[in-house]
Amino acid sequence: MTKANVHKIIPFSAVDGPGNRMVIFLQGCNFDCAYCHNPETIALCNHCAICLKACPYDALAWENGKVCWNEKLCHHCDHCIKACPHTSSPKVREMNIEDVISHMEKVKPFISGITVSGGECTLQIDFVKALFQRAKEMGLTTFLDTNGFVSQDAFIFLGDDMDMAMVDLKTWNEEAHRELTGKDNTLVLQSIRYLAEQHKLYEVRTVIVPGLLDNHQTVKMVSQLLSALDQNIRYKLIRFRPMGVRKKAASLEEPSDILMEELSDIARNEGCKHVIVV
Amino acid sequence: MNNTINTIKNQTLTYQQKVMQLAREAENSVQVLDIPQDVKEYMDKGIICDMFEGNAPYRPRYILPDYHRFMKQGSEFLELQPPKDIWEAVNYLLILYKHVPSITSFPVFLGELDQLLEPFIDNEEEAYKAIKLFLTHIDRTLTDSFVHANIGPKATKAGRLILKAERELKNAVPNLTLKYSKDSEKEFALEAITTGLEVSKPYFANHQMYVKDFGEGYGTASCYNGLPIGGGSYTLVRLNLKKLAEEAGNLEDFIKIYIPRAVQRMNALIDVRIRFQVEESGFFESSFLVEEGLIQQDRFTAMFGMFGLAQCVNLLLNAKVQEERYGHSEKAMTLGYDIVKTIEREVNAHQNPYCNVTGNRFLLHAQSGISADVEETAGCRIPIGEEPELLDHILHAAKFHPLFPSGVSDIFTFETTARNNPEFILDIIQGAMEKGLRMFAFSCSDNDLMRITGYLVKKSEMKKLKDGNQTLHDTVALGLEAVEKQNLFARRVTQHD
Repeated sequence: MTKANVHKIIPFSAVDGPGNRMVIFLQGCNFDCAYCHNPETIALCNHCAICLKACPYDALAWENGKVCWNEKLCHHCDHCIKACPHTSSPKVREMNIEDVISHMEKVKPFISGITVSGGECTLQIDFVKALFQRAKEMGLTTFLDTNGFVSQDAFIFLGDDMDMAMVDLKTWNEEAHRELTGKDNTLVLQSIRYLAEQHKLYEVRTVIVPGLLDNHQTVKMVSQLLSALDQNIRYKLIRFRPMGVRKKAASLEEPSDILMEELSDIARNEGCKHVIVV
Repeated sequence: MNNTINTIKNQTLTYQQKVMQLAREAENSVQVLDIPQDVKEYMDKGIICDMFEGNAPYRPRYILPDYHRFMKQGSEFLELQPPKDIWEAVNYLLILYKHVPSITSFPVFLGELDQLLEPFIDNEEEAYKAIKLFLTHIDRTLTDSFVHANIGPKATKAGRLILKAERELKNAVPNLTLKYSKDSEKEFALEAITTGLEVSKPYFANHQMYVKDFGEGYGTASCYNGLPIGGGSYTLVRLNLKKLAEEAGNLEDFIKIYIPRAVQRMNALIDVRIRFQVEESGFFESSFLVEEGLIQQDRFTAMFGMFGLAQCVNLLLNAKVQEERYGHSEKAMTLGYDIVKTIEREVNAHQNPYCNVTGNRFLLHAQSGISADVEETAGCRIPIGEEPELLDHILHAAKFHPLFPSGVSDIFTFETTARNNPEFILDIIQGAMEKGLRMFAFSCSDNDLMRITGYLVKKSEMKKLKDGNQTLHDTVALGLEAVEKQNLFARRVTQHD
């Protein structure tokens, strides 16, 4: 039975693809972005038990050499996540397909489909494929939210079980990308091109972080690329917000409305028809 | 006399609002209803409330004229021929509206506007101008947020123009309902959602559910009241379930003794009010609306309202912590459901010969509260500030909505980012209706227009009144009182990720 490490599941989302979608966040990421808004999704729990002391509600226990999370007692104060020195969370669950399906059954009448996100969900691609197949049988659409750092083979493997994908392009400059994420962006750009050719690229996203990245260059170049590939691909510009980020990123500046407006104008002028600012 | 002189000297009331207030004073200076002593006792205790309908009901509370018939035949009394173009259509409707009685003297139902106007839409540009003027005229002269228009379920040119005009005008009046079914065109529904995220209307009404209860000839009037077109409701009386539970003290007595007793007293009051209207007031013998077939007495019914179910259930279960309370516990939901079903059974055991259209029975109504309510939550809603996550909130509401044919609603507030994804809301509405939701009210957290209980008031107008200025719409005062007493700004806003 295929299993996955699931960070969390939210029943309703307005921002992870078309319509209302249930989103399954898988744990673990191969990027380590300085400004990551959900750093607790990056690593797997190593059961160091440091978080145990941080929980004010006795929702964490030490059993058989492992940290165990009691959902019923949890107040979601996230003190455990703040205490974790390993960019992880004790609330990650190992789930099989049926566990996730039972969540989907409850919300099925209310959603267009599901989106699998992360972390980086393609790290657990067997699970994603199996889940998408089941979702399709339920009449739901299947979207993938990925950082794009994955071989083309992964998308070929998913085939038509995946309807469309959303890819992050964090920065155009290769050096800056390596510095920010720890990895090259060549593969990311390949993914974008490949998915667009397959008509499976729903959206590209860029987080705007003034003072850290050359946002103007990235937006301009991505927009040129997208409008050459297909002008109808959505380009979403996301404001950096210091909520939830690690200490080193907390002092980074938030972009102004004027900057967001300026960047979305650039994207439109380069030919993108659907530019969204959030 | 004191009230009269106070009304006359009140500088925050417009002239028209004074005239209406003075008419109410005059009506209430007579005692013509033979209300039984035990009913009076419950009224004095606040367990039964007649919603300030007045002491001498000389017209039904809610009238839903058959405007289709009017458009076909014109009106002899009003000396109007059937309209031939869009300008005549909107003007004649405006003329008729001013002759439709209610307890506020403003019409609570303006008709299925899109269907009424669709035959006259030739040139869309001209029609849009006519519709905008029509809607502005309504907002500025029918100055009461209980004035309610319907559109749908099918997409029409007129329907689209009305939605477009609503987005542009951002008026509080009229209240608006889209009759929505799975067969409604998706693009039309999405346009209605885009409109709702700007101006907090239209409601989405579960067309399929209403048709099952009433047949095709229903309308949504006033706050969110489903009633037969060509008739309406004589009266709305409401039962305060919290106060009744306090009086009963325990669950067993509440179910076995107090519900049957309270329902019997409610029925008696409704009977008295209907009897006066039908047999003594002369309304049905003298109104040209009856004479010309726009309403028929045998299309009228009465509404049995209730409110404060949340407090009633919490009290009877002695539920203190959130997990045990109404809106959060299965047990509380089941008890709430059983209470309403018990009331329904008792109400249906009673017959009134003047409610032919609903099998001589009264219709249950989840009353949305009045501005003066402090301790009781509207109808069967979950108290403000205690609402669970959206999905649980909807599933809870959907359990109760089928029980209230003459109206029930829950209000859902979304963050502004929902504007980027109207399909998100449509998916939720579809799921909600599949699960049994009757009436879906939604808005965006930053809208100026705010849904108070069922009606809309502008936040900016409430501020104006609070600063001591006159406001055009009489419902601004009700909205302000409700906002201040009921903590309405604390409604849960759904986050989207």
